[in-house]
Amino acid sequence: MNLRRTLATARRVLAQLRHDPRTLAMLLVVPCLLLTLLRYMFDGQPQVFDQVGGALLGIFPLLVMFLVTSVAMLRERTSGTLERLLTMPLGKLDLLLGYAIAFGVVALVQAALASALTLGLLGLDIQGPTWLVFAVAVGDGLLGMALGLLVSAFAETEFQAVQFLPAVILPQLLLCGLFVPRDAMAPVLRWVSDVLPLSYAVDAMDHLTSSPDVTGAVIRDLAVIGGCVLLALTLGAATLRRRTA
Amino acid sequence: MMNSAAGPAPAIRIGGLTVVRGGHPVLHGLDLDVPAGSVTGLLGPSGCGKTTLLRSIVGVQRTSGGRVEVLGEPAGSAGLRSRIGYLTQAPSVYGDLTVVENLRYFAAVLGAPATDPDRVIEAVGLTTHRDHRTAQLSGGQRARVSLAAALLGRPELLVLDEPTVGLDPVLRRDLWQLFRDLADAGSTLLVSSHVMDEAVRCDRLLLMRDGRLLAADTPAGLLARTGATDVDAAFLSLVGSTS
Repeated sequence: MNLRRTLATARRVLAQLRHDPRTLAMLLVVPCLLLTLLRYMFDGQPQVFDQVGGALLGIFPLLVMFLVTSVAMLRERTSGTLERLLTMPLGKLDLLLGYAIAFGVVALVQAALASALTLGLLGLDIQGPTWLVFAVAVGDGLLGMALGLLVSAFAETEFQAVQFLPAVILPQLLLCGLFVPRDAMAPVLRWVSDVLPLSYAVDAMDHLTSSPDVTGAVIRDLAVIGGCVLLALTLGAATLRRRTA
Repeated sequence: MMNSAAGPAPAIRIGGLTVVRGGHPVLHGLDLDVPAGSVTGLLGPSGCGKTTLLRSIVGVQRTSGGRVEVLGEPAGSAGLRSRIGYLTQAPSVYGDLTVVENLRYFAAVLGAPATDPDRVIEAVGLTTHRDHRTAQLSGGQRARVSLAAALLGRPELLVLDEPTVGLDPVLRRDLWQLFRDLADAGSTLLVSSHVMDEAVRCDRLLLMRDGRLLAADTPAGLLARTGATDVDAAFLSLVGSTS
Protein backbone atom coordinates (compact mmCIF):
# COMPACT_ATOMS: atom_id res chain seq x y z
CA MET A 1 0.00 0.00 0.00
CA ASN A 2 1.35 3.36 -1.00
CA LEU A 3 -0.86 6.43 -0.66
CA ARG A 4 1.00 8.56 -3.22
CA ARG A 5 0.73 5.92 -5.96
CA THR A 6 -2.90 5.16 -5.08
CA LEU A 7 -3.86 8.83 -5.31
CA ALA A 8 -1.89 9.28 -8.53
CA THR A 9 -3.88 6.38 -9.99
CA ALA A 10 -7.17 7.90 -8.81
CA ARG A 11 -6.22 11.24 -10.38
CA ARG A 12 -5.33 9.52 -13.63
CA VAL A 13 -8.64 7.62 -13.80
CA LEU A 14 -10.54 10.86 -13.10
CA ALA A 15 -8.55 12.62 -15.85
CA GLN A 16 -9.57 9.85 -18.25
CA LEU A 17 -13.22 10.36 -17.29
CA ARG A 18 -12.84 14.10 -17.73
CA HIS A 19 -11.65 13.51 -21.30
CA ASP A 20 -14.74 11.38 -21.92
CA PRO A 21 -17.60 13.71 -20.96
CA ARG A 22 -20.21 11.50 -22.61
CA THR A 23 -19.42 8.53 -20.36
CA LEU A 24 -19.35 10.80 -17.34
CA ALA A 25 -22.69 12.34 -18.26
CA MET A 26 -24.26 8.93 -18.78
CA LEU A 27 -22.94 7.72 -15.44
CA LEU A 28 -24.67 10.63 -13.72
CA VAL A 29 -27.77 11.13 -15.85
CA VAL A 30 -28.93 7.62 -16.79
CA PRO A 31 -29.90 6.56 -13.22
CA CYS A 32 -31.83 9.84 -12.83
CA LEU A 33 -33.68 9.32 -16.11
CA LEU A 34 -34.58 5.74 -15.17
CA LEU A 35 -35.89 6.83 -11.78
CA THR A 36 -37.99 9.56 -13.42
CA LEU A 37 -39.37 6.98 -15.85
CA LEU A 38 -40.21 4.72 -12.92
CA ARG A 39 -42.02 7.52 -11.13
CA TYR A 40 -44.30 8.25 -14.10
CA MET A 41 -44.80 4.55 -14.81
CA PHE A 42 -46.51 4.35 -11.44
CA ASP A 43 -48.18 7.75 -11.74
CA GLY A 44 -51.56 6.21 -10.86
CA GLN A 45 -50.14 4.09 -8.03
CA PRO A 46 -47.81 6.28 -5.96
CA GLN A 47 -47.78 3.62 -3.23
CA VAL A 48 -45.97 1.22 -5.62
CA PHE A 49 -43.36 3.88 -6.41
CA ASP A 50 -42.85 4.35 -2.68
CA GLN A 51 -42.38 0.59 -2.32
CA VAL A 52 -39.82 -0.05 -5.07
CA GLY A 53 -38.39 3.46 -5.67
CA GLY A 54 -35.94 3.18 -2.79
CA ALA A 55 -34.58 -0.19 -3.92
CA LEU A 56 -34.16 0.98 -7.49
CA LEU A 57 -32.50 4.20 -6.34
CA GLY A 58 -29.77 1.81 -5.16
CA ILE A 59 -29.87 -0.60 -8.08
CA PHE A 60 -29.74 1.71 -11.11
CA PRO A 61 -26.43 3.40 -10.11
CA LEU A 62 -25.03 -0.03 -9.27
CA LEU A 63 -25.80 -1.30 -12.78
CA VAL A 64 -24.17 1.56 -14.69
CA MET A 65 -21.18 1.60 -12.34
CA PHE A 66 -20.67 -2.14 -12.81
CA LEU A 67 -20.65 -1.82 -16.59
CA VAL A 68 -18.28 1.14 -16.74
CA THR A 69 -15.73 -0.20 -14.27
CA SER A 70 -15.64 -3.70 -15.76
CA VAL A 71 -14.85 -2.25 -19.19
CA ALA A 72 -12.40 0.35 -17.77
CA MET A 73 -10.29 -2.34 -16.11
CA LEU A 74 -10.46 -4.54 -19.18
CA ARG A 75 -9.14 -1.66 -21.29
CA GLU A 76 -6.23 -1.32 -18.88
CA ARG A 77 -5.45 -4.97 -19.58
CA THR A 78 -5.87 -4.95 -23.38
CA SER A 79 -4.00 -1.65 -23.91
CA GLY A 80 -0.85 -3.10 -22.34
CA THR A 81 -0.80 -0.39 -19.69
CA LEU A 82 -1.58 -2.97 -17.01
CA GLU A 83 1.56 -4.91 -17.95
CA ARG A 84 3.58 -1.70 -17.93
CA LEU A 85 2.24 -0.76 -14.49
CA LEU A 86 2.99 -4.21 -13.11
CA THR A 87 6.65 -3.85 -14.17
CA MET A 88 6.72 -0.63 -12.14
CA PRO A 89 6.75 -0.25 -8.36
CA LEU A 90 2.94 -0.12 -8.18
CA GLY A 91 1.19 -2.45 -5.74
CA LYS A 92 -1.74 -4.41 -7.16
CA LEU A 93 -3.98 -3.10 -4.39
CA ASP A 94 -2.71 0.45 -5.09
CA LEU A 95 -4.10 0.11 -8.60
CA LEU A 96 -7.47 -1.28 -7.49
CA LEU A 97 -7.83 1.27 -4.70
CA GLY A 98 -6.94 4.06 -7.12
CA TYR A 99 -9.82 2.95 -9.32
CA ALA A 100 -12.03 2.60 -6.24
CA ILE A 101 -11.30 6.17 -5.10
CA ALA A 102 -11.89 7.66 -8.55
CA PHE A 103 -15.15 5.81 -9.13
CA GLY A 104 -16.04 6.38 -5.47
CA VAL A 105 -16.03 10.12 -6.22
CA VAL A 106 -18.32 9.47 -9.18
CA ALA A 107 -20.56 7.25 -7.01
CA LEU A 108 -20.82 10.06 -4.49
CA VAL A 109 -21.96 12.61 -7.08
CA GLN A 110 -24.22 10.04 -8.72
CA ALA A 111 -25.89 9.13 -5.41
CA ALA A 112 -26.28 12.80 -4.46
CA LEU A 113 -28.03 13.60 -7.76
CA ALA A 114 -30.22 10.50 -7.77
CA SER A 115 -31.25 10.80 -4.10
CA ALA A 116 -31.97 14.52 -4.37
CA LEU A 117 -34.08 13.94 -7.47
CA THR A 118 -35.95 10.92 -6.08
CA LEU A 119 -36.65 12.32 -2.63
CA GLY A 120 -37.24 15.87 -3.85
CA LEU A 121 -38.78 16.32 -7.30
CA LEU A 122 -40.15 12.79 -7.65
CA GLY A 123 -41.53 12.84 -4.11
CA LEU A 124 -40.48 9.38 -2.94
CA ASP A 125 -41.96 8.92 0.52
CA ILE A 126 -39.54 7.41 3.00
CA GLN A 127 -39.74 6.90 6.76
CA GLY A 128 -36.06 6.71 7.69
CA PRO A 129 -33.47 9.51 7.71
CA THR A 130 -32.55 11.07 4.37
CA TRP A 131 -28.81 10.92 4.95
CA LEU A 132 -29.01 7.15 5.29
CA VAL A 133 -30.78 6.88 1.92
CA PHE A 134 -27.87 8.80 0.43
CA ALA A 135 -25.35 6.60 2.28
CA VAL A 136 -26.97 3.40 0.98
CA ALA A 137 -27.08 4.81 -2.58
CA VAL A 138 -23.33 5.56 -2.36
CA GLY A 139 -22.69 2.08 -0.93
CA ASP A 140 -24.60 0.51 -3.82
CA GLY A 141 -22.61 2.51 -6.38
CA LEU A 142 -19.38 1.36 -4.71
CA LEU A 143 -20.61 -2.24 -4.73
CA GLY A 144 -21.27 -2.05 -8.47
CA MET A 145 -17.79 -0.55 -8.94
CA ALA A 146 -16.03 -3.26 -6.90
CA LEU A 147 -17.91 -6.13 -8.57
CA GLY A 148 -17.16 -4.63 -11.99
CA LEU A 149 -13.43 -4.42 -11.24
CA LEU A 150 -13.45 -8.01 -9.96
CA VAL A 151 -15.24 -9.61 -12.91
CA SER A 152 -13.09 -7.77 -15.45
CA ALA A 153 -10.29 -10.12 -14.39
CA PHE A 154 -12.25 -12.99 -15.93
CA ALA A 155 -12.99 -11.26 -19.22
CA GLU A 156 -10.64 -11.24 -22.18
CA THR A 157 -12.77 -9.11 -24.50
CA GLU A 158 -15.41 -6.41 -24.25
CA PHE A 159 -17.98 -8.94 -25.48
CA GLN A 160 -17.27 -11.10 -22.46
CA ALA A 161 -17.10 -8.17 -20.06
CA VAL A 162 -20.54 -6.79 -20.84
CA GLN A 163 -22.07 -10.25 -20.49
CA PHE A 164 -21.03 -10.36 -16.87
CA LEU A 165 -23.88 -7.96 -16.21
CA PRO A 166 -26.59 -10.57 -16.95
CA ALA A 167 -24.40 -13.32 -15.48
CA VAL A 168 -23.43 -11.65 -12.19
CA ILE A 169 -25.94 -8.90 -11.51
CA LEU A 170 -29.26 -10.19 -12.86
CA PRO A 171 -29.39 -13.31 -10.62
CA GLN A 172 -28.80 -11.01 -7.67
CA LEU A 173 -31.57 -8.73 -8.91
CA LEU A 174 -34.01 -11.66 -9.17
CA LEU A 175 -33.19 -12.94 -5.69
CA CYS A 176 -32.78 -9.63 -3.87
CA GLY A 177 -36.41 -9.43 -2.72
CA LEU A 178 -37.59 -6.89 -5.25
CA PHE A 179 -39.82 -9.30 -7.19
CA VAL A 180 -40.62 -11.86 -4.51
CA PRO A 181 -40.14 -11.17 -0.79
CA ARG A 182 -37.09 -13.11 0.32
CA ASP A 183 -39.09 -14.79 3.12
CA ALA A 184 -41.44 -16.24 0.54
CA MET A 185 -38.72 -17.95 -1.52
CA ALA A 186 -37.83 -21.65 -1.43
CA PRO A 187 -35.27 -22.23 1.35
CA VAL A 188 -32.41 -22.90 -1.06
CA LEU A 189 -33.03 -19.66 -2.96
CA ARG A 190 -33.40 -17.85 0.34
CA TRP A 191 -29.97 -19.11 1.43
CA VAL A 192 -28.46 -18.08 -1.88
CA SER A 193 -29.99 -14.63 -1.56
CA ASP A 194 -28.54 -14.39 1.96
CA VAL A 195 -25.00 -14.50 0.59
CA LEU A 196 -25.57 -12.15 -2.37
CA PRO A 197 -24.56 -8.57 -1.60
CA LEU A 198 -27.39 -6.96 -3.57
CA SER A 199 -29.91 -8.46 -1.10
CA TYR A 200 -28.45 -6.26 1.62
CA ALA A 201 -28.58 -3.18 -0.59
CA VAL A 202 -32.30 -3.70 -1.22
CA ASP A 203 -32.90 -4.74 2.38
CA ALA A 204 -31.40 -1.45 3.60
CA MET A 205 -33.59 0.63 1.30
CA ASP A 206 -36.66 -1.42 2.29
CA HIS A 207 -35.98 -0.66 5.96
CA LEU A 208 -35.69 3.04 5.15
CA THR A 209 -38.93 3.19 3.19
CA SER A 210 -41.01 1.24 5.70
CA SER A 211 -40.17 2.47 9.18
CA PRO A 212 -38.64 5.54 10.85
CA ASP A 213 -36.49 3.86 13.48
CA VAL A 214 -34.19 1.59 11.51
CA THR A 215 -30.75 3.17 11.78
CA GLY A 216 -29.24 0.07 13.44
CA ALA A 217 -30.54 -2.36 10.84
CA VAL A 218 -29.47 -0.12 7.96
CA ILE A 219 -25.98 0.37 9.41
CA ARG A 220 -25.68 -3.42 9.65
CA ASP A 221 -26.66 -3.77 5.98
CA LEU A 222 -24.22 -1.02 5.04
CA ALA A 223 -21.46 -2.83 6.92
CA VAL A 224 -22.18 -6.00 4.90
CA ILE A 225 -22.09 -3.99 1.66
CA GLY A 226 -18.83 -2.30 2.70
CA GLY A 227 -17.33 -5.70 3.56
CA CYS A 228 -18.31 -7.02 0.13
CA VAL A 229 -16.72 -3.97 -1.55
CA LEU A 230 -13.42 -4.56 0.27
CA LEU A 231 -13.56 -8.31 -0.38
CA ALA A 232 -14.21 -7.79 -4.11
CA LEU A 233 -11.34 -5.26 -4.37
CA THR A 234 -8.94 -7.58 -2.54
CA LEU A 235 -9.94 -10.54 -4.71
CA GLY A 236 -9.61 -8.30 -7.77
CA ALA A 237 -6.07 -7.36 -6.74
CA ALA A 238 -5.26 -11.01 -6.07
CA THR A 239 -6.26 -11.98 -9.61
CA LEU A 240 -3.66 -9.63 -11.15
CA ARG A 241 -0.51 -11.49 -12.13
CA ARG A 242 2.84 -9.83 -12.67
CA ARG A 243 4.08 -12.88 -14.56
CA THR A 244 1.96 -14.26 -17.38
CA ALA A 245 2.41 -17.05 -19.89
CA MET B 1 27.66 2.24 -8.74
CA MET B 2 28.53 -1.28 -7.66
CA ASN B 3 29.74 -2.15 -11.11
CA SER B 4 32.60 0.32 -11.08
CA ALA B 5 33.97 -1.28 -7.92
CA ALA B 6 33.40 -4.88 -8.98
CA GLY B 7 34.69 -4.44 -12.52
CA PRO B 8 32.69 -5.15 -15.65
CA ALA B 9 29.95 -7.30 -14.11
CA PRO B 10 27.28 -7.94 -16.77
CA ALA B 11 23.97 -6.13 -16.35
CA ILE B 12 22.09 -9.26 -17.40
CA ARG B 13 23.20 -12.82 -16.87
CA ILE B 14 21.09 -15.64 -18.27
CA GLY B 15 21.76 -19.36 -17.89
CA GLY B 16 19.72 -22.21 -19.36
CA LEU B 17 16.61 -20.08 -19.83
CA THR B 18 13.75 -22.20 -21.08
CA VAL B 19 10.24 -20.94 -21.80
CA VAL B 20 7.38 -23.19 -22.86
CA ARG B 21 4.16 -21.60 -23.99
CA GLY B 22 1.00 -23.51 -24.76
CA GLY B 23 2.97 -26.76 -24.81
CA HIS B 24 5.48 -25.43 -27.35
CA PRO B 25 9.04 -24.56 -26.37
CA VAL B 26 9.74 -20.91 -27.26
CA LEU B 27 13.22 -20.55 -25.76
CA HIS B 28 15.51 -23.58 -25.62
CA GLY B 29 17.96 -23.13 -22.75
CA LEU B 30 19.48 -19.76 -23.64
CA ASP B 31 22.82 -18.71 -22.14
CA LEU B 32 23.91 -15.13 -22.57
CA ASP B 33 25.35 -12.04 -20.88
CA VAL B 34 24.63 -8.39 -21.58
CA PRO B 35 27.51 -6.10 -20.60
CA ALA B 36 26.71 -3.03 -18.51
CA GLY B 37 26.93 0.47 -19.99
CA SER B 38 26.55 -0.67 -23.58
CA VAL B 39 24.00 -0.92 -26.37
CA THR B 40 23.24 -4.54 -27.16
CA GLY B 41 21.13 -5.35 -30.18
CA LEU B 42 18.84 -8.37 -30.14
CA LEU B 43 18.26 -9.33 -33.74
CA GLY B 44 16.28 -12.05 -35.39
CA PRO B 45 13.25 -12.67 -37.54
CA SER B 46 9.74 -12.07 -36.28
CA GLY B 47 8.57 -14.93 -34.07
CA CYS B 48 12.04 -16.13 -33.05
CA GLY B 49 11.47 -15.47 -29.34
CA LYS B 50 12.91 -11.95 -28.96
CA THR B 51 9.90 -10.59 -27.11
CA THR B 52 9.71 -13.67 -24.86
CA LEU B 53 13.37 -13.21 -23.97
CA LEU B 54 12.86 -9.51 -23.19
CA ARG B 55 9.76 -10.31 -21.10
CA SER B 56 11.79 -12.87 -19.14
CA ILE B 57 14.41 -10.23 -18.40
CA VAL B 58 11.81 -7.71 -17.25
CA GLY B 59 10.24 -10.45 -15.12
CA VAL B 60 6.76 -10.60 -16.60
CA GLN B 61 7.23 -13.90 -18.45
CA ARG B 62 6.47 -17.18 -16.74
CA THR B 63 9.58 -19.29 -17.34
CA SER B 64 10.00 -23.06 -17.20
CA GLY B 65 13.67 -23.32 -16.32
CA GLY B 66 17.03 -21.62 -16.02
CA ARG B 67 17.98 -18.44 -14.23
CA VAL B 68 17.81 -14.77 -15.21
CA GLU B 69 19.81 -12.32 -13.14
CA VAL B 70 19.33 -8.59 -13.76
CA LEU B 71 21.47 -5.88 -12.13
CA GLY B 72 22.56 -8.44 -9.54
CA GLU B 73 19.05 -9.58 -8.58
CA PRO B 74 16.78 -12.36 -9.85
CA ALA B 75 14.55 -11.04 -12.67
CA GLY B 76 11.18 -9.86 -11.42
CA SER B 77 12.45 -8.87 -7.96
CA ALA B 78 10.49 -6.02 -6.41
CA GLY B 79 13.72 -4.01 -6.04
CA LEU B 80 14.22 -3.98 -9.81
CA ARG B 81 10.90 -2.35 -10.64
CA SER B 82 12.20 1.21 -10.49
CA ARG B 83 15.58 0.32 -12.04
CA ILE B 84 14.36 -1.07 -15.38
CA GLY B 85 12.60 0.81 -18.16
CA TYR B 86 10.57 -1.47 -20.43
CA LEU B 87 9.15 -0.59 -23.81
CA THR B 88 6.62 -3.11 -25.09
CA GLN B 89 6.25 -3.67 -28.81
CA ALA B 90 2.72 -2.24 -28.93
CA PRO B 91 2.59 1.25 -27.39
CA SER B 92 1.25 0.87 -23.83
CA VAL B 93 -0.09 4.31 -23.00
CA TYR B 94 -3.53 5.74 -22.29
CA GLY B 95 -5.07 6.93 -25.56
CA ASP B 96 -7.61 9.12 -23.80
CA LEU B 97 -4.95 11.11 -21.93
CA THR B 98 -2.62 13.77 -23.33
CA VAL B 99 1.07 13.01 -23.76
CA VAL B 100 2.07 14.91 -20.64
CA GLU B 101 -0.79 13.45 -18.56
CA ASN B 102 0.39 9.94 -19.46
CA LEU B 103 3.95 10.71 -18.46
CA ARG B 104 2.99 12.55 -15.28
CA TYR B 105 1.09 9.48 -14.11
CA PHE B 106 3.90 7.02 -14.85
CA ALA B 107 6.40 9.44 -13.26
CA ALA B 108 4.27 9.54 -10.10
CA VAL B 109 4.13 5.74 -9.98
CA LEU B 110 7.92 5.56 -10.36
CA GLY B 111 8.54 8.39 -7.91
CA ALA B 112 10.50 10.24 -10.62
CA PRO B 113 11.10 13.99 -10.29
CA ALA B 114 8.30 16.34 -11.39
CA THR B 115 10.50 17.70 -14.19
CA ASP B 116 10.97 14.25 -15.71
CA PRO B 117 7.88 14.21 -17.97
CA ASP B 118 9.04 17.30 -19.86
CA ARG B 119 12.62 16.00 -20.03
CA VAL B 120 11.61 12.71 -21.68
CA ILE B 121 9.08 14.42 -23.97
CA GLU B 122 11.95 16.50 -25.30
CA ALA B 123 14.23 13.47 -25.54
CA VAL B 124 11.82 11.72 -27.93
CA GLY B 125 11.07 14.93 -29.84
CA LEU B 126 7.42 15.36 -28.93
CA THR B 127 7.55 18.79 -27.28
CA THR B 128 5.14 20.27 -29.80
CA HIS B 129 2.66 17.45 -29.11
CA ARG B 130 2.92 17.68 -25.33
CA ASP B 131 -0.76 18.53 -24.80
CA HIS B 132 -2.21 16.42 -27.59
CA ARG B 133 -4.48 13.51 -26.86
CA THR B 134 -2.37 10.35 -27.34
CA ALA B 135 -5.08 8.56 -29.35
CA GLN B 136 -4.96 11.36 -31.93
CA LEU B 137 -1.23 10.95 -32.59
CA SER B 138 0.22 8.89 -35.43
CA GLY B 139 1.40 5.35 -34.71
CA GLY B 140 5.03 6.42 -34.65
CA GLN B 141 4.32 9.31 -32.29
CA ARG B 142 2.37 7.01 -29.96
CA ALA B 143 5.31 4.62 -29.96
CA ARG B 144 7.54 7.51 -28.89
CA VAL B 145 5.20 8.41 -26.01
CA SER B 146 5.57 4.82 -24.88
CA LEU B 147 9.35 5.09 -25.24
CA ALA B 148 9.34 8.33 -23.26
CA ALA B 149 7.55 6.53 -20.43
CA ALA B 150 10.32 3.91 -20.39
CA LEU B 151 12.92 6.69 -19.99
CA LEU B 152 11.26 8.15 -16.87
CA GLY B 153 13.35 8.03 -13.72
CA ARG B 154 16.59 7.40 -15.66
CA PRO B 155 16.54 3.59 -15.29
CA GLU B 156 19.86 1.74 -15.13
CA LEU B 157 18.62 -0.82 -17.64
CA LEU B 158 16.43 -0.11 -20.66
CA VAL B 159 14.75 -3.05 -22.36
CA LEU B 160 13.34 -1.82 -25.65
CA ASP B 161 11.23 -4.06 -27.87
CA GLU B 162 11.44 -2.75 -31.45
CA PRO B 163 11.61 0.95 -30.53
CA THR B 164 12.26 2.18 -34.08
CA VAL B 165 9.75 0.13 -36.06
CA GLY B 166 7.74 2.26 -38.46
CA LEU B 167 9.74 5.45 -37.86
CA ASP B 168 11.22 7.58 -40.60
CA PRO B 169 15.02 7.45 -41.13
CA VAL B 170 15.67 10.83 -39.50
CA LEU B 171 13.84 9.85 -36.34
CA ARG B 172 15.54 6.46 -36.28
CA ARG B 173 18.93 8.13 -36.49
CA ASP B 174 17.97 10.53 -33.66
CA LEU B 175 16.72 7.74 -31.44
CA TRP B 176 19.85 5.65 -31.96
CA GLN B 177 21.87 8.75 -31.03
CA LEU B 178 19.73 9.01 -27.89
CA PHE B 179 20.42 5.35 -27.06
CA ARG B 180 24.15 5.98 -27.55
CA ASP B 181 24.04 9.02 -25.25
CA LEU B 182 22.21 7.03 -22.58
CA ALA B 183 24.80 4.25 -22.75
CA ASP B 184 27.62 6.79 -22.57
CA ALA B 185 25.96 8.16 -19.43
CA GLY B 186 26.16 4.67 -17.91
CA SER B 187 22.83 3.03 -18.75
CA THR B 188 22.63 -0.44 -20.24
CA LEU B 189 20.39 -0.85 -23.28
CA LEU B 190 19.02 -4.02 -24.79
CA VAL B 191 17.26 -3.17 -28.03
CA SER B 192 15.44 -5.68 -30.21
CA SER B 193 14.93 -5.21 -33.89
CA HIS B 194 14.17 -7.27 -36.93
CA VAL B 195 15.89 -4.71 -39.14
CA MET B 196 19.43 -6.00 -39.56
CA ASP B 197 20.85 -2.67 -40.74
CA GLU B 198 20.36 -1.25 -37.25
CA ALA B 199 22.98 -3.72 -36.05
CA VAL B 200 25.93 -1.46 -36.87
CA ARG B 201 24.74 1.01 -34.25
CA CYS B 202 25.17 -1.53 -31.45
CA ASP B 203 28.22 -2.36 -29.35
CA ARG B 204 27.24 -6.00 -29.27
CA LEU B 205 24.80 -8.21 -31.11
CA LEU B 206 22.73 -11.18 -30.08
CA LEU B 207 21.44 -13.05 -33.11
CA MET B 208 18.44 -15.29 -32.50
CA ARG B 209 16.52 -17.81 -34.54
CA ASP B 210 13.82 -20.29 -33.49
CA GLY B 211 14.35 -19.69 -29.79
CA ARG B 212 18.09 -20.28 -29.94
CA LEU B 213 21.06 -17.97 -29.88
CA LEU B 214 22.98 -18.09 -33.18
CA ALA B 215 25.74 -15.70 -32.18
CA ALA B 216 26.79 -13.19 -29.55
CA ASP B 217 29.53 -10.90 -30.78
CA THR B 218 30.47 -7.36 -31.74
CA PRO B 219 29.27 -6.27 -35.20
CA ALA B 220 32.86 -6.27 -36.48
CA GLY B 221 33.62 -9.64 -34.88
CA LEU B 222 30.51 -11.12 -36.44
CA LEU B 223 31.41 -9.91 -39.91
CA ALA B 224 35.01 -11.10 -39.53
CA ARG B 225 33.93 -14.52 -38.28
CA THR B 226 31.48 -15.12 -41.11
CA GLY B 227 33.38 -13.30 -43.83
CA ALA B 228 30.16 -11.43 -44.67
CA THR B 229 29.92 -7.78 -45.68
CA ASP B 230 26.68 -7.01 -43.80
CA VAL B 231 24.74 -8.44 -40.88
CA ASP B 232 22.03 -9.84 -43.15
CA ALA B 233 24.62 -11.95 -44.96
CA ALA B 234 26.23 -12.90 -41.66
CA PHE B 235 22.86 -14.08 -40.39
CA LEU B 236 22.33 -16.20 -43.50
CA SER B 237 25.77 -17.70 -43.26
CA LEU B 238 25.20 -18.60 -39.58
CA VAL B 239 21.82 -20.15 -40.41
CA GLY B 240 23.47 -22.09 -43.21
CA SER B 241 26.12 -23.51 -40.91
CA THR B 242 23.61 -24.73 -38.32
CA SER B 243 20.72 -26.04 -40.42
